[in-house]
Amino acid sequence: MENLEKRNTFWAYAITGILVLISLLYYSVSPYYIYLIVYIWFGFAYGMMLQYGRFCFASASRDLFAAGVPRMAVGILVALMFFSLIQATLASTNMSTFHPAPFGIHTLIAGLVFGVGMVLSGGCASGSLYKIGEGNMTSFLAAFFGLCIGQAIFVDVTWFNALMPQKWADNAAAKVASGFPPADKVTSSFDTYLAGYIWDQPTVRMSDIPAIKEALPGASKYFIGDALLTALIPAVLLLIVIYAFFMRKGYINKKKKELKKAGKEEKTGFGDDIAGIWSMITASQRTTVMGVLIGIVAGLHILVMKGMQLRFGVDNFGRLLTKMGHTADVSTSGKVFDPGYWYITSQEGQFGAWILEKFGWNMHDNIFFGVNNGLPEPWRNPALWMSFGIIFGAMVMARLNNEYKFKLPKGELIAWGLLGGILMGWGSRPALGCNIGAFFIRVAGGDPSGWLYGTGMVGGAFIGVKFFNWWTERKMAKEMESF
Amino acid sequence: MAMKFEKTGDGKYMLDVCGYVCPHPQIYCKKSLEKIGSGERLELVFDNPSSGETIIQMCDQAGHEIVEKKQEGNKLIYIIEKG
Repeated sequence: MENLEKRNTFWAYAITGILVLISLLYYSVSPYYIYLIVYIWFGFAYGMMLQYGRFCFASASRDLFAAGVPRMAVGILVALMFFSLIQATLASTNMSTFHPAPFGIHTLIAGLVFGVGMVLSGGCASGSLYKIGEGNMTSFLAAFFGLCIGQAIFVDVTWFNALMPQKWADNAAAKVASGFPPADKVTSSFDTYLAGYIWDQPTVRMSDIPAIKEALPGASKYFIGDALLTALIPAVLLLIVIYAFFMRKGYINKKKKELKKAGKEEKTGFGDDIAGIWSMITASQRTTVMGVLIGIVAGLHILVMKGMQLRFGVDNFGRLLTKMGHTADVSTSGKVFDPGYWYITSQEGQFGAWILEKFGWNMHDNIFFGVNNGLPEPWRNPALWMSFGIIFGAMVMARLNNEYKFKLPKGELIAWGLLGGILMGWGSRPALGCNIGAFFIRVAGGDPSGWLYGTGMVGGAFIGVKFFNWWTERKMAKEMESF
Repeated sequence: MAMKFEKTGDGKYMLDVCGYVCPHPQIYCKKSLEKIGSGERLELVFDNPSSGETIIQMCDQAGHEIVEKKQEGNKLIYIIEKG
């Protein structure tokens, strides 16, 4: 045991030290790389917090439906509330990098697919990364084959052409005829979807709605429109609903038992329900505390990225890559994927595309990589470094707590990891994000499409849990035959 | 890898879900507790730390008592008495 602790401590320091050296090396090559280094260390911080708080969006709805445990759902809602207040503060000082996403039913459908996938694979997009850091190779299967390779293939194939309505194809063709996007970049089903449908969908941000803008002048539109109306009130309502459906009965029964034991009348009231909600919030302190911290750090991340952009006078890291001569890394728009905040899936798709190109697959002939996000070398991909940072941060925290264990997937877990990962990869693209980019960031930024994605995710998780319940019952019955 | 659910004595059961990751340990634990009687004990052996936090809260809410928690190497062992 002592040897295990020593070995874990050694690795925790070694990983951190190597990341410090990598950061120094980048900075010595060019001061522009400070931009990328910031992503590494915010990723590292996310990884530590996610692992310590067991913070997984899959767990939020899955554990609620499968075990009646609201721990993670509460943690996420707490994080959302804090993050929304910081986002509003940043927006009111013009220091936000947030941008709303196209609004439409596609977000709900994508969330549903993603939700099933995250339950099958055992972790959401960010959860899978922190679990890789714990040594969980089922999550590696999900992240590598689903989020990386699966996602890259999804955006570059024509397999889904039959699902594309003719008007989307006509609309995309009309755009090509008018000069943008370039014809040689519109080759896949996903290109038709983007140019023929997504680009024409409206974006909604509460603080941008004319009625709210007029009624709430100055900074108040961000705090009331974006934070209060989009994040805080729905989050509080959800907390009440979760308490009423999953916690109240047990809590009130417990309270009544205590009263009976004390020889008092078994009568409870509104005050007991408030105490019950508070007890639900504080039931798992490590998750709730990490929820608060994640909310604050995610806000700080936006502030620092905006600061970087102002410092270098750019709107995207692709401009700096171009200045450094790495023109092959960037898209036709001169950009690379550089969200300016916490994001998970797009950079993993880039990594998958980079690998597939090594096997001769042309991944530049589509809008997603060719026009929008570019395909930088992985070591010059800022957002991908954030994902690596999450893995390493989680690994350090797991090592420090002696919770690291390298576990190869066996048997059914291989199937669940692969299938779940592919569904997550495919479910994250149509909504242009995952549980972080399409739900957490958007809701906190005042974009109601985040709730559509969240609703889809919860629905998908419900389906996934129903399936696993059936599967588990079947296996338990077999085991109990010998009793 | 296979999960094991065994009767180890009078009113005693053992569930071994080592090698399993989320959500399997918590689902198997919940199902096992549903199968045993009130006052009987389940020895849960697992090695996925992320499941531990959920299992603790699940037991607390359902009125089951975790009478012992120990760690042997990377294995976590919870003795749970059904409430």
